[in-house]
Amino acid sequence: MRYHLVLRTVAKILIPLIMLFAFYVQFHGDYGPGGGFQAGVIFSASLILYGLIFGLAALKQVIRPWVVRVMLASGVLIYGGVGVASLLLGGNFLDYGVLAHDPVHGQHLGILLIELGVGITVAAAMITIYFFFAGRKTTKQ
Amino acid sequence: MNDLLGLYSYWIVIVLMMAGFYVVISSSNLIKKIAGLNIFQTSVFILYISMGKVDGGTAPIVVEGSSNAIYSNPLPHVLILTAIVVGVATTALALALVVRIKEAYGTVDEEAISESDNEL
Amino acid sequence: MLLAFLVVIAFAVIHLRDLVAIIMLAGLYSLVTAIIFVVMDAVDVAFTEAAVGAGISTVLMLATLSLTGRLRREPRRPRALIPIIVVILTGVTLIYGTFDMPHYGDPDAPVQQHVAPRYINDSPNEVGVPNMVTSVLASYRGFDTLGEVAVIFTAGIAVMVLLMNRRRRSPDEDKEQS
Repeated sequence: MRYHLVLRTVAKILIPLIMLFAFYVQFHGDYGPGGGFQAGVIFSASLILYGLIFGLAALKQVIRPWVVRVMLASGVLIYGGVGVASLLLGGNFLDYGVLAHDPVHGQHLGILLIELGVGITVAAAMITIYFFFAGRKTTKQ
Repeated sequence: MNDLLGLYSYWIVIVLMMAGFYVVISSSNLIKKIAGLNIFQTSVFILYISMGKVDGGTAPIVVEGSSNAIYSNPLPHVLILTAIVVGVATTALALALVVRIKEAYGTVDEEAISESDNEL
Repeated sequence: MLLAFLVVIAFAVIHLRDLVAIIMLAGLYSLVTAIIFVVMDAVDVAFTEAAVGAGISTVLMLATLSLTGRLRREPRRPRALIPIIVVILTGVTLIYGTFDMPHYGDPDAPVQQHVAPRYINDSPNEVGVPNMVTSVLASYRGFDTLGEVAVIFTAGIAVMVLLMNRRRRSPDEDKEQS
């Protein structure tokens, strides 16, 4: 893969755009199509593209495996934490109405946080899966 | 004739489902079996989404200013949206198992695996 | 029309023997499915299917293939009769079952009468998010989604456990085997 100049240049242009699009999908998911699941998949796709073109070692320099592992767990924790927070503020589990003064604002905040948790977990899970499939190959050869 | 057109999408779903089912039960290669399972899974997705469609409806995103728009049912969309991502995660798990089987038995062919099991 | 195209791809998957071609066709199949989802008003789902099916899933299948080898063991004993009988019987039974189903796009179908009107009518006021799919996903069915996220988390952990190099623990055994 070292001499695929066109591929490398195009990927360098495309990867930031794909990441930007993932963030747009993540935070604009309330208004248009999109949300945490899609954003997580698109974000991990951009990193997997990087890994495919520049190699697994370069990808592990960009995003360390322990960071991915922390992300994998913290997404679920954010989701559950929002539920516990609404429980402590006097509502039911995952009842976002109590998170802000106005129930509709509370719903907005809750949905934003939860989509963030979903996005982080999905992205981290896909990157983890890619790490282990690709890493298996390099240890074998 | 109207009956036939109204049920057309379900029949296609069933044909796809059976195609996936046939690959799963007739192929002896584990990777091809997983591809068949994916076809089966996608046919179930199409079944759910086709149930949510309403004639003359639009995507369930509220448009400012049009209060009497007809929206398709958002509930199947939610169920399938999560099912797709969970589906790829479980597919990855199945593929990881196939990799381990390949390393343990040296093959991904089901018949060869059961033969080498019988030899033991 | 697009649905018929899907059937063509599915039958091609049955007949092909080359695994790389099968995986490429599976990616194409996902892309066509995504277009069908757009036609059926499910834009969010189409989005996900295009990103997952044509992107991640294809990469994972190809990675597996590079680990397990492309060649399939030829020739296979012809034993296709029993599967065909089973498949046709099941298919005919299912098609018989569809005669009681509501028609495609029927606004009076039971699916459209149960909880969907409540979501569609009340979610703009109760949740205030224009995209109803998001509001149902994160708010009305938050427990469901929490479960799904937990499943993805577990699958990630399970792949990690399965594909971790566990020989590091006993270097003596490693020497003997290699």
